[in-house]
Amino acid sequence: MKKLLSIFAVVAFAFSAHAGTLDDVKNRGFLKCGVTTGLAGFAAPDDSGEWAGLDADMCRAVAVAVFGDRSKVEFITTTGKSRFPTLASGEVDMLARNTTWTISRDVNLGFEFVGVNFYDGQGFMVPSALGVSSATELDGATVCIQTGTTTELNLADFFRLNGISYEALPIETNDEGKENLFAGRCDVYTTDASGLSSTRAAASNPDKWVVLPEIISKEPLGPLVRHGDHQWGDVVRWSLNAMIIAEELGITSENVDAQKSSNVPEVLRLLGVEGNYGEMLELSNDWAYQIIKQIGNYSESYEANVGPDTPLEIARGLNALWTQGGILYAPPFR
Amino acid sequence: MRSNLGFFSDEKFRSIFFQTLVVGLFALGLFFVISTTSYNLEKRNIATGWSFLQNPAGFDISFSPFLEFKSTDTHLKVYFVGVLNTLLVSITGCIAATILGFILGIVRLSSNWLLSRLVYIYVEFSRNVPLLLQIILWYSILIQLPRVKQSLQVLDVFYISNRGLYSPRPIFESGFSYVLIAIVLALISSFLINRWAKKRQDKTGQQFPVFSSSIGLIFIVPLILFFILGSPLSFEHPELKGFNFKGGLVIRPEFIAMFLALSIYTAAFISEIVRAGIMSVSKGQREASAAIGLKQTWIMRLIIIPQALRVIVPPLTSQYLNLTKNSSLGIAVGYADLVHGFGGISLNQTGQAIECMAIVMATYLSISLTISFFMNIYNRSIQFKEK
Repeated sequence: MKKLLSIFAVVAFAFSAHAGTLDDVKNRGFLKCGVTTGLAGFAAPDDSGEWAGLDADMCRAVAVAVFGDRSKVEFITTTGKSRFPTLASGEVDMLARNTTWTISRDVNLGFEFVGVNFYDGQGFMVPSALGVSSATELDGATVCIQTGTTTELNLADFFRLNGISYEALPIETNDEGKENLFAGRCDVYTTDASGLSSTRAAASNPDKWVVLPEIISKEPLGPLVRHGDHQWGDVVRWSLNAMIIAEELGITSENVDAQKSSNVPEVLRLLGVEGNYGEMLELSNDWAYQIIKQIGNYSESYEANVGPDTPLEIARGLNALWTQGGILYAPPFR
Repeated sequence: MRSNLGFFSDEKFRSIFFQTLVVGLFALGLFFVISTTSYNLEKRNIATGWSFLQNPAGFDISFSPFLEFKSTDTHLKVYFVGVLNTLLVSITGCIAATILGFILGIVRLSSNWLLSRLVYIYVEFSRNVPLLLQIILWYSILIQLPRVKQSLQVLDVFYISNRGLYSPRPIFESGFSYVLIAIVLALISSFLINRWAKKRQDKTGQQFPVFSSSIGLIFIVPLILFFILGSPLSFEHPELKGFNFKGGLVIRPEFIAMFLALSIYTAAFISEIVRAGIMSVSKGQREASAAIGLKQTWIMRLIIIPQALRVIVPPLTSQYLNLTKNSSLGIAVGYADLVHGFGGISLNQTGQAIECMAIVMATYLSISLTISFFMNIYNRSIQFKEK
């Protein structure tokens, strides 16, 4: 009996103890990254079926850091509800899925947010024909809201605070929200302002919709990993930071090769010419060079996916570098 | 002849041994699952326990016809709202499916070729298309109804739009309670008349028009009383104010889609059960009752249906259980049932998946066992009793 129990104990240990996510990913040969079911600009398949967007670039950056190859990613779609169980169960190695960093998610759910790749806030979108110019005029409106999100809680707080009533219509995915809003089942759609821009861009006639000026919450969106695996957390955190620092230092995918002979010490450290920061992360020493070469810096990713020249038309705003009036800031690379 | 294996050749010992072994292995497996789970939960810093039930939910549920719900209410209240919504769609669905199923089952057996073929097509279509698709189909149709500002007005008081069906809400004024008392008294007395009439018929063979006299008692007497008391009932009419109708009663498209899909889907199965039940009654029964001069409607009501019910009720019970469990698909269209509200939103906001799922499963189990319990009592009451 004792022997049997000890066998069980060993099996239990084998099931529960991970060798470390970084080793798992390396052994598997590709990264499993949890993304949305499709939100243009953040993560959605493009015309050729390739995943593209700011979050998709985040996934690719990590794949490049580990493998030096931007294609070594499997994108796994998750809904607002399935994302946390999917990450907790180890089905994905990381989430880059418009997920708001909150204390309860960071502490109670057992995850670790490694940074912020998009500073967002919750907004409202209504048909322009409704003639509404402020969210406080929405008394009695039917509001489409994605369940299981922080926006759901903010919404209740906002209406309670302003003493106005509303009817919530719970929906599961952004597409469902679009369908209900366009059919007039709800008057208002509320989600992160970036998500609204994305939805508006996808409408057949974007001019028929307006995003109201109120931003009712802080929504710092960022990649997250399971709590407790610090080595892996570091890899994801610094993949993001490398892109931000590259923008600060003016390194782009175009000039990255020329920058290798720069005389700025931080540039040389980042590109792996000096120091052994790659080894510290158990990555190759040119990991950051490869990210910038294959994905680009933060600005390049932003402009290509959500910036003013894209259908989403989101100005840099809060997401500009701290030196340029925004709050995007990465710790020093040393 | 006894072998040398001793105890092990003893059949009784052997059976006890193997049964103990199986139970032991099962318990060990269960222990393994529970201990691994709690070990991993602790390792990943995932909170456990039941205290979250008392925490404020923080979100709103707009479909809560029986309880008033605010975002400051607890997760426990979310649970109760969910249970009530699940019961609402299950009970109304079971009633509608039974009525529709019985009618269709009988029509399917009719000698009218066209009617029976139509029912055949209906049955084959609705029971062979996944229920989830039917729910989504109904919902997609319903949200294509006119927008709220262009609502269809029916009979001046009902408004139909893709926000639902709005109707006037009855407001009971003082004095209406007398009408309710009259209805209850009428129900009791028609029950007593029914018993008295049966006894008299057994004794003397004379019949009494129980049905029409009961109708008279239940409807006409309270109605007269209602007018004598000066109509103590008024209606609150829905009015379009701002974004939505205010006041009145509303039935949401999410509920209508669930109700239609569940009852139409289950009615197809019930109609087949009813058809099988009726066909199981031997042809001789019908012929014999015709031979003693019973009317066609009486043959059905007094001879065929009571015998068919013995075959119908057990599978009917399992259809009721299916319908109740299928109501959990409400999540597909945002119907705020138990799975959607408590098992979905609360679970997701608190992250306590195991606790929430355990509660939801235990609830479905109790609802199903309750349905089985009552259907079994009913089943026993209609079984053939040998005298």
